[in-house]
Amino acid sequence: MTQMTFARAINSGLRKSLENDPKVVLMGEDIGALGGVFRVTDGLQKDFGKHRVVDTPLAESGIMGTAVGLAYRGYRPVVEIQFDGFIYPAFDQIVSQVAKMHYRTQGAVKMPITIRVPFGGGIGSPEHHSESPEAYFTHTSGLRVVSVSNPQDAHTMIQQAIASDDPVLYFEPKRRYHDKGEVDETLDLGAALSLEKARVVTEGTDVTLVAYGPLVKTAKDAALAAADEGVSVEVIDLRSLAPVDFATLEASVRKTGRLVITHEASQTGGLGAEVAASITERCFYHLEAAPVRITGFDVPYPYSKLEMHHLPGLDRILDGVDRALGRPNSLSGLEG
Amino acid sequence: MFTDDAGKGGISAGGPGNSAESNRRTGGDLVQLITPGGERVSHPEFDPWLQDVTDEQLGALYEDMVVIRRIDAEATALQRQGELALWPPLLGQEASQIGSARALRDDDFVFPSYRDNGVAYCRGVNPEDIVKAWRGNALAGWDPYTVNVATQQIIIGAQSLHATGYAMGIQNDGADSVAVAYFGDGATSEGDVNEAMVFAASFQAPVVFFCQNNHWAISEPVRLQSHIQIADRAAGFGIPSMRVDGNDVLAVMAATRIALDRARHGGGPTFIEAVTYRMGPHTTADDPTRYRDANELEDWAAKDPIARLKTLLERKGLLPEELEATVAAAADAVAKALRSGTINMPDPAPMDIFKHVYSTPNSSLDRQQDHYSRYLASFGDPAEAATEEGAR
Repeated sequence: MTQMTFARAINSGLRKSLENDPKVVLMGEDIGALGGVFRVTDGLQKDFGKHRVVDTPLAESGIMGTAVGLAYRGYRPVVEIQFDGFIYPAFDQIVSQVAKMHYRTQGAVKMPITIRVPFGGGIGSPEHHSESPEAYFTHTSGLRVVSVSNPQDAHTMIQQAIASDDPVLYFEPKRRYHDKGEVDETLDLGAALSLEKARVVTEGTDVTLVAYGPLVKTAKDAALAAADEGVSVEVIDLRSLAPVDFATLEASVRKTGRLVITHEASQTGGLGAEVAASITERCFYHLEAAPVRITGFDVPYPYSKLEMHHLPGLDRILDGVDRALGRPNSLSGLEG
Repeated sequence: MFTDDAGKGGISAGGPGNSAESNRRTGGDLVQLITPGGERVSHPEFDPWLQDVTDEQLGALYEDMVVIRRIDAEATALQRQGELALWPPLLGQEASQIGSARALRDDDFVFPSYRDNGVAYCRGVNPEDIVKAWRGNALAGWDPYTVNVATQQIIIGAQSLHATGYAMGIQNDGADSVAVAYFGDGATSEGDVNEAMVFAASFQAPVVFFCQNNHWAISEPVRLQSHIQIADRAAGFGIPSMRVDGNDVLAVMAATRIALDRARHGGGPTFIEAVTYRMGPHTTADDPTRYRDANELEDWAAKDPIARLKTLLERKGLLPEELEATVAAAADAVAKALRSGTINMPDPAPMDIFKHVYSTPNSSLDRQQDHYSRYLASFGDPAEAATEEGAR
C-alpha cells in the first residue's frame, strides 16, 4: 500500500498499462512535456517516448478519429479530453464511429479505446470546465461508461478500462484529483472488482443513496451526518454508469425500500432518471416511497460564484434523504 | 516537381515536418494522359510511373471499368425492382476508382466512402457483399481485415481521420504500407477532413487523401464547397497535391503511384484531386433534374472514362473482337451472380439485432435480449415468431 493522490494513482495505472502492453498509446493535448493540465500523465512521455505518449494538435475530433484508425490497426489508444466541456467536437466520432464500429463490422473490428475525461465542477473554473456530460454517453449503445471515486479504483479501473476490448469513457472527478488515499499497486486486475460492478461503500438499512465520481465522498459524509440523527444510510458507489449494476442496487433497495440518487449533472434525462425508472420497474413492491433525485439544476453550468448552489452538497442530499424517509424536509407540504 | 523533401517523420510532431515547404508544388494544371478522344498524350513527370503498364494490363483496366459499370447498372436495376432499398451509383467515376485502386499494394489499407464500390471490387470484395448493406441485410458487407478495406463510411469525411490514424499506426510499426482515404468534394468542407490533413502533415503520416471531385454533393455544386480548386487547399496544410483528370485511368494511376511512393519512403501525405463527374443521381432516391442542367451532363458524357480508353485500345489494335466478347461475358457473369446472390441472400435472424454491440457481456443489454426472446417465444412456434409479422 502506498499513500498517493488521485491523479498520481491514475498516472501509476497508465504507467503499468504502458509497460504491460506495447500497443497502448496515449494521445491528447498537452499530455507530453507538460504532463497534462492536471499532471495526470506527468513523466510518461519522458519514460515511454513521443511515439507512445503523443501530444496532438488541438482538434478533439481529430484526436478521436485518429484513435479510431489506430484501433483499426491494432492499437489501444488512451485519449485524454482536456476538460469535459471540450468533448463535444469529438462527439460525432465517439457516437457514430467508436460506439458503432464493433456492431457495424459484426465484431470484426474492435475499438479498445479509453477516453479519459476530467469532469464535474467545484473548482471555480470559467465556462466549459466544470460539466458533467456522462448521460450523452450512457445513452449511446456500444460504449461503456465508468466514473471513479477514490485513488484505488482510479488506479485499478484505468487499467481495466484500457484492457477492455470495448470502448470505455472514464470520467475522472477533477475536484478530487488532490485527495489522497491508500493504493495497492500490486492488486491483480482479475481479482479486483470488475469494471461493471457497483460497490456498497457504507452499509445501512433505512435508505439507499446512490452516487458516483465526485459525489461519493459527499454521500459518505452525508451518511455519517445522518447516522448522528439515527438514520442508517447505505451508500452505493455506482462506478459503472453504463451498464448500471442493477443487481447490487436492487439488493440494497429491497432491503431499505427507499432510494436517493445524486449527481452533479442536470436532472432531466440524467442517469438518476434511468436509475429511478429501472429500480421502480424492478422493485416497485419493495419501495416505501418514490425515488428522489438530488442533482444539478436544468441550467447551463453556472458561473463559479453560484456553482455551490448547483452542485448537490451534504445538506441538499440529507434533505433528499429526509424526503425519501417522509421526515420533515424543505418540500414538506408540497404535493408531488 | 513533386518534391519528396519532407524527411522521415515519426508519429511525434516536430522536426522536418515543421519546416517551410514553399517549394512543394500544389494542384496546378489538370494532368491528362488520355484525351476524351482517346489519344495518349505524353507527360514527362507522369509517364515514368506507367512504364511497366503492359498492353495486357491496359486491357485489364478496361475490363475492370466495364465490369464495375455493369455492377453499378445491375444494382440500380435491383433497387428499381425492390431488391435493394437504396443504391449510390458511381456511373462516370470508374476511372478514378479503378485507376487508384489498381495502384495499391495488398497490404495498403483503404478507408472508402459509400460510393467507392469500384474500389471495393478491385480489392476483392464479392459484389453481393457490396450490395448487402444496401439491401438492409447488414450495416456493412465485409470483414475489413480480409480485403484491407474498411467498411464504407456514410458520415461524410469521418474516414479521413481513420486513415490518418491507421497511417500513424503503420509509422509506429515501421511498416511501409500506406493508408488511403477516399472522399468527395463535399467532404472537403467537413472539419474532419481538414483535421485529418493537420494531423497527417504534423506527423508526416503515410496517408493518401484521394478526393473524387464529382462536382456535386447531392444538389450542391462544388463551387459551394470551395472557392478555389480543391487541390490547392492542400498547400495550406503543407501537403503536396496533384490535380488529375479523374476520367483518365492512366493519369489517376500514375498520380496514385507517385503519392504511394512518397508515403512509403517517409515523404508523408499527398492530396489527389481526381476531377470527374457523377453522371447519375446521388442515390436512387435522388432526382438530379431538379438542380442540374442537361447540357452539363452532355458535356461530361463526351468525356466518358470507358469510351476514351476503348478508343485508345482500338487505335492501338488492342481490342480485337474476341477481347471485347470476353469482357462483355465477364460483365454478364458478374451481373448474373450479383443478381442471384442478392435475391437469394438469407434474411438475418431476429435475435441478430443484439449481436456484437459489445465484445463482452453487458448486463443491461442481456436483459433486453432475454425479454425480447421471451416475447418472441410467447407466439409459440419460434419459427413463426421469427417471421416479420410475428416479430411485431
